[in-house]
Amino acid sequence: MGIISTTGMTKIIFDSLGQTLYMVFWSTVFSVILGFIPAVIMTLTAPDGLHPIRWVYEVLSFIVNVFRSFPFIILLVILIPFTRLMVGKAIGTTASIVPLTISAIPFIARVFESSLRETDHGVIEAARSFGASNLQILLRVYVKESIPRMLNGIVLLVISLIGYSAMAGTVGGGGIGDIAIRYGYQQYKTDYLVVCSVILIIFVQIIQMIGNRMYKQLS
Amino acid sequence: MIRIHNVRKSFQDLDVLKGISFAIEDSEIFGIIGQSGAGKSTLLRCINGLEAYDSGEIEVDGTVVSVKDKSKLKYLQKQMGMIFQGFNLLERLDVYDNVALPLKFWGISPKTPENRKKIQELLGLVGLEDKVHAKPRELSGGQKQRVAIARALVLDPRFLLCDEATSALDPEITKEILGLLQKINRELGITIVIVTHQMEVVKQVCDRVAFLSDGVVLAEGKPEDLFVKPDRPEIRSFLREESNLLPKEGVNIQLFFSGEGSDEPVVTHMARTLQRDFSICWAKLEDFRENVYGSLVINVRKEDRESVCAFLDEKKVAWEVIS
Repeated sequence: MGIISTTGMTKIIFDSLGQTLYMVFWSTVFSVILGFIPAVIMTLTAPDGLHPIRWVYEVLSFIVNVFRSFPFIILLVILIPFTRLMVGKAIGTTASIVPLTISAIPFIARVFESSLRETDHGVIEAARSFGASNLQILLRVYVKESIPRMLNGIVLLVISLIGYSAMAGTVGGGGIGDIAIRYGYQQYKTDYLVVCSVILIIFVQIIQMIGNRMYKQLS
Repeated sequence: MIRIHNVRKSFQDLDVLKGISFAIEDSEIFGIIGQSGAGKSTLLRCINGLEAYDSGEIEVDGTVVSVKDKSKLKYLQKQMGMIFQGFNLLERLDVYDNVALPLKFWGISPKTPENRKKIQELLGLVGLEDKVHAKPRELSGGQKQRVAIARALVLDPRFLLCDEATSALDPEITKEILGLLQKINRELGITIVIVTHQMEVVKQVCDRVAFLSDGVVLAEGKPEDLFVKPDRPEIRSFLREESNLLPKEGVNIQLFFSGEGSDEPVVTHMARTLQRDFSICWAKLEDFRENVYGSLVINVRKEDRESVCAFLDEKKVAWEVIS
């Protein structure tokens, strides 16, 4: 009995870990790409940017704030029709990537924006003094100098996506957090709860460690 | 040649430049000095086109600097390398890539053999051959400024603009950087414009200088003419020579010595010739590009004033009575 349940547990947890990795990986990829664009536009159009346009900055900033103020669980429900439109269904691991990505975009956009805007003004000034174009300054100065800071932001994003992915279980997304809730909490199987929690702790530790190491190397 | 004609600029209600005019000749080291807030950095930024001016005209080698014509401005900026107080190097690039960066902005590959050689030579010129692959954070302030100087020279500019380039460095390093600027001026024939609030900088390297105060050029000329015998109260106060420590009794006479005159024992000679005693209240000796200039304040009794002044005139020593 003990052996069978252990192998059963191993398989369940192993599968769910795969689902978590799948959801977190793709929602990170999509949100980083899609969040980078508004971050760049906000950086350029900010009052201290290369090309200040007040209304563009204010509108984008407002939208980012609006999306950030939605609790994820509500976003998950609101987005069901949109998710169906995007992936053909609203339930399952792949479907849950949509709300995860949507919730992550404004977060990472804000993080990237502040990373980019932290770039030393003097360096930008120096680049201008050598006749650099705005695009060159954006790529060769802003982005280049901000890469370690943006990487830190991505680490933050991945860790919070792991947390959110647990909630995605409620729309049938599966994943390690879902197992912890369904088996560990609702069925009183404490061993599941403990194992899942330990895995999540190790998972987050590893990501933070890799992030720190890369930050050091890149800066 | 840089010609500045009646340039005005204001930020909102604040007039920063109130009709500035002067010219910077080719191959000279020109200083723009003044208190902070005098408008000197703004002026330099206008020369480089980093900032627009409201009226007047700035001409660089016959071309008017205007931020409206972006492509023309770009070519002017190529002629004017610039260095800054905060060095402004890219933290993530090593020394070599920092120096190469302006080339990349101009679509010039820094990887061709001749450009590699050029960057190596520039790093040799600034004395950093052994730091080619160091990151800025591994360098001292003086070394960072050397990298910035090499970077400013990589596009073969005709001018080098220095915005408080030594203000963040200690006196010893400042001297070294100024020596390097002099070498660049002599060996490469590059005209250097130095904005500074440090008198030491002007004294050590500037051929000519403009003194800015509150957005106006108060004086312009050789530093020794402006600062050994300063006549404007603004310049005196800048030099902190307001003479409130002088005795209230008697007459205070300031003597000026310049060039060769500073070796002659005028003062003791005067004491013996006139058989008069007087006290020396204040004195200074200064170096202006290897020439020594001095000034001395003596306090004499009222009744001796005429004979002392006559003696000084006879010896052709410049003097003035200060109150």
